[in-house]
Amino acid sequence: MSYWFRNDNRLPQQRLAIASYVIVGMIGVLLVGFWKLQVIDSDKYLQWAERNKVRYLPVIAPRGRMLDRDGRVLVDNYPSFSVLLLRDDPVQVQKHLAAIAEGLNIPIADLKLQLQNSRNLNNFQPIVIKPEASKGDVAFIESHRTDIPLLEMLLVHRRRYLPGGFMAHASGYVGEVSEEQIEASDGRLRPGDFAGKSGLEHQYNDLLQGTDGMRRVIVNSVGKEVDRLPTQEAIPGKQIQLTIDYDLQQVAEQSLGPREGAVVALDPRNGEVLAMASHPAPDSNDFAVRIAAEEWKRLNDDPAKPLLNRAIQAQLAPGSVFKIIMATAMLEDKVPPESFTTYCPGYATFYKRQFKCWVYGKSSHGEVNLHKAIVQSCDVFFYNVGQRLGVDRISYYASHLGMGHRTGIDLPSEETGLVPSEEWVERVYHHKWYPGSTISLAIGQEALTATPVQLARVIGGIASGGVFKQPHLLKDAPDVAEERFPIREHTLQEVTDGMYGVVNEEHGTATAVKLPGIEFSGKSGTAQIINYDLRSRLGKTKQFKDNSWFVGYAPRRNPEIVVAVLVQFGGHGSEAAAPVVRDIMKAYYDKKAKKEGQITADNGNASKPAPPVAPAQPRRTPKAPATTAAVGEIPITDPHPQDPR
Amino acid sequence: MNDVTGTRDYDWWLLAVMTMICAVGVLEIYSATHGSSLAGMHMKQVRWLAVGFVLMFALSRIDYHLILEQAPILYLVGIASLIAVLLTGHTRFGAKRWIPILGEFFQVSELVKLIIIVVLARFFAEVRSDELSLRDLIKAGLLVGLPLGLILKQPDLGTALVLVPMVVVGAFLAGLQWQHAAIFTLAGVLLIGSVFFPPVSRHILKPYQRERITSFLHPEEDAKGSGYQLLQSKIAVGSGGFWGKGFGNGSQNQLGYIPVRYSDFIMSAWAEEQGFKGVLLALGLYMALLLRLVQNAQRAKDRAGMFLVMGVAAALGFHVLVNVAMVIGAMPVTGIPLPLMSYGGSATLFVFMAIGLVMNVRLRRFVN
Repeated sequence: MSYWFRNDNRLPQQRLAIASYVIVGMIGVLLVGFWKLQVIDSDKYLQWAERNKVRYLPVIAPRGRMLDRDGRVLVDNYPSFSVLLLRDDPVQVQKHLAAIAEGLNIPIADLKLQLQNSRNLNNFQPIVIKPEASKGDVAFIESHRTDIPLLEMLLVHRRRYLPGGFMAHASGYVGEVSEEQIEASDGRLRPGDFAGKSGLEHQYNDLLQGTDGMRRVIVNSVGKEVDRLPTQEAIPGKQIQLTIDYDLQQVAEQSLGPREGAVVALDPRNGEVLAMASHPAPDSNDFAVRIAAEEWKRLNDDPAKPLLNRAIQAQLAPGSVFKIIMATAMLEDKVPPESFTTYCPGYATFYKRQFKCWVYGKSSHGEVNLHKAIVQSCDVFFYNVGQRLGVDRISYYASHLGMGHRTGIDLPSEETGLVPSEEWVERVYHHKWYPGSTISLAIGQEALTATPVQLARVIGGIASGGVFKQPHLLKDAPDVAEERFPIREHTLQEVTDGMYGVVNEEHGTATAVKLPGIEFSGKSGTAQIINYDLRSRLGKTKQFKDNSWFVGYAPRRNPEIVVAVLVQFGGHGSEAAAPVVRDIMKAYYDKKAKKEGQITADNGNASKPAPPVAPAQPRRTPKAPATTAAVGEIPITDPHPQDPR
Repeated sequence: MNDVTGTRDYDWWLLAVMTMICAVGVLEIYSATHGSSLAGMHMKQVRWLAVGFVLMFALSRIDYHLILEQAPILYLVGIASLIAVLLTGHTRFGAKRWIPILGEFFQVSELVKLIIIVVLARFFAEVRSDELSLRDLIKAGLLVGLPLGLILKQPDLGTALVLVPMVVVGAFLAGLQWQHAAIFTLAGVLLIGSVFFPPVSRHILKPYQRERITSFLHPEEDAKGSGYQLLQSKIAVGSGGFWGKGFGNGSQNQLGYIPVRYSDFIMSAWAEEQGFKGVLLALGLYMALLLRLVQNAQRAKDRAGMFLVMGVAAALGFHVLVNVAMVIGAMPVTGIPLPLMSYGGSATLFVFMAIGLVMNVRLRRFVN
């Protein structure tokens, strides 16, 4: 054997034995390690493994559509993609934040802010970091699935409104929910969710919104979806049908045109709003994604206040339209007696002050009785009536006929208007009521203000004999509130005759808008923004031009339509506002005639083609019965929830 | 030396244990890869195993004394090939470790491990006193230090570290004195301590190595790096529970959350799908394997044979310890495979050849 071996070949048996113990000890220690992980802490790791593989993705419920009274689509949805950020792993998120911001063209500060805002949410809930993904965004997400496994695309339904601000104030708009809304929602809303912010979108948000579902998918380590777990389906929002008539709305929008003002058309028999416009109007589609900060600022800072829904929020002096309330008060209180007449030389003097009639300097009304005073809108006559009635009675009638408080229309943020009174002046201005104020009040000036919807309801209600229905936009609304202020038949006769005369009698203030074959009645109003004297000194500029009102209805008794139009800075009521009322009135009767004609024609077996039902977008379901059922449960009260902004 | 009688003297128990471990490995490789682009990998592993068995039997036939005789030449060949791989080797995964032979890539360092076992056995067998002198101890250290340095240069910390237990176990059995042991333990502790101490580690570790250390100490700071790997491995092991999720049912395994689940982290995949009971089986088999090696050492004919067998035991034991400890998150990621279970060519062949040496010693235990 080889030379290099030790002669003695005793083995270190003791040390070999130690080696065996070391081996046993080592395996034992490792087993203890496994025991800790697999038996003691097993539940924790099982949860982590679940969280690893299961990804929760929201399934967005489409909002309910809005249809007009004939089932035509007014507000619809279109599909779009949002970019979701998966935040399961905060470390990863921090690591990739810069790359994501760059790839998706989001300022990194914005992204950080969004993360900050959602810090209270569960980590496994992804957040929307970019609504409306562009093609480039989609490409970015797809190409970085492996190295940035944090992005996912989410199918969402964006709101589509009719273009050009059509009915914008009534429909309102949706926007990303605010933090307060999230807190108030009990976990139903998350950052990035959309909810109604104003108008009907806000009013009926709970109905329209639906409930988002949840998709659970199994993803592998590179974020690729490999399997699906049962999905919790989204419950789509309910479709709502409105009382709005698309045709009338269109006429209202067009006829009002670019002027600042508002239109409200009601059916006084049931309170249904047939048309509601307010100009200028924002395009609600601008809000449907995520409105840019500058655009939002511009809308808010615009002196024309495009975000104001003038139909329910413009509080302006009603001017001569108020004479109808005065006439009603006079006839009901018999102060002064019905036979009262006065002579109008174009002005009158009360309390050592001269009050002008609107014809001052051009002509005079001469001997005036009530009928003539309404038809020709004689200020002097109503000055006298006002002086005799006194502020208390005027306030009483104005309030009871529906002024100075909300109509209860189913829209958020309705304004109240104001009926001044002695008590009010003392409370707010801390001085006694000036007797001269009563004189101005009598022709709808002074501190008196009203909204267009109020005037439509008041005039429509008086012409209906003192029955005031709650205006509303939701078709088939239950519990339509009704106020009654019974008016004597004789009063009704006198007042409606007067308003018929305004349009149809010689010297009436609105004879220019007469419509043959229709008992078109109404009352014009020209409300001063500043008083006559001051204006004559400043000269006629648009800024100080009068607000033009006209409230018209037809037929002359128990009307089926009443239209209130405000044209701001429009000048005389019969010139600017009355033609708008006429256009709508005409459209209403034309449509009615056509419908009746068709019925006759159909009965007569005519070959006329059937009318198109939904011209713009075909309806998916012909008036879903579920909608009507659910709508039936919603009372249209709560006229003023929180401010939409 | 035609002293070998026949197949009767092979260690059939050892073979049985080995085969079972290999079977567990192949099964789990199949489970880990069958649904992915790596499908069929288990068959490749079976081929490696077949080659391994052949090499093992071949190596057992050549008398180990002959092999020990060639130790100096083998050592030179080993050093030369390490230098060669550094100069011309193939870079994969950021390290120069591979040279192509017959269309496959082999890790030179695996062969070097085998050579160092032989060289150390030879060296310690030549020590003629019962107590190991400091001088011999330092010699042994230098003998191992050179290849260790070269392997570190590749860089391959894991494989380099395997050389340490070989020399430690050898020295221990050769009569290491307690004072020396104490001094070297202190030195070792200082070295390991400095590795975890950033101002020092900056000078002696590669960036990726420092990163592994950091992520081991603070896994949450490096969620997708090696800290992530350790965490995912722990999740896999822990979520397996006592009974396991069942073959092919481990989500961490099947969905690829476990890093290199067919190789370095195969124990993690196994633990997830088979649970603690499976771990008990696997670690039981490894314990049996290692104890069987010690037993063979105890029955070796001479000290040289004993050192050879214990060198193998030290290497395999260290592999098992470091790999499994990593899988349960108790050690940083070092890239050391689990012998016989992990998929791999060179690593598997090394184990079989090492066991071949053991068989070799065993076959000659009764011969004088």
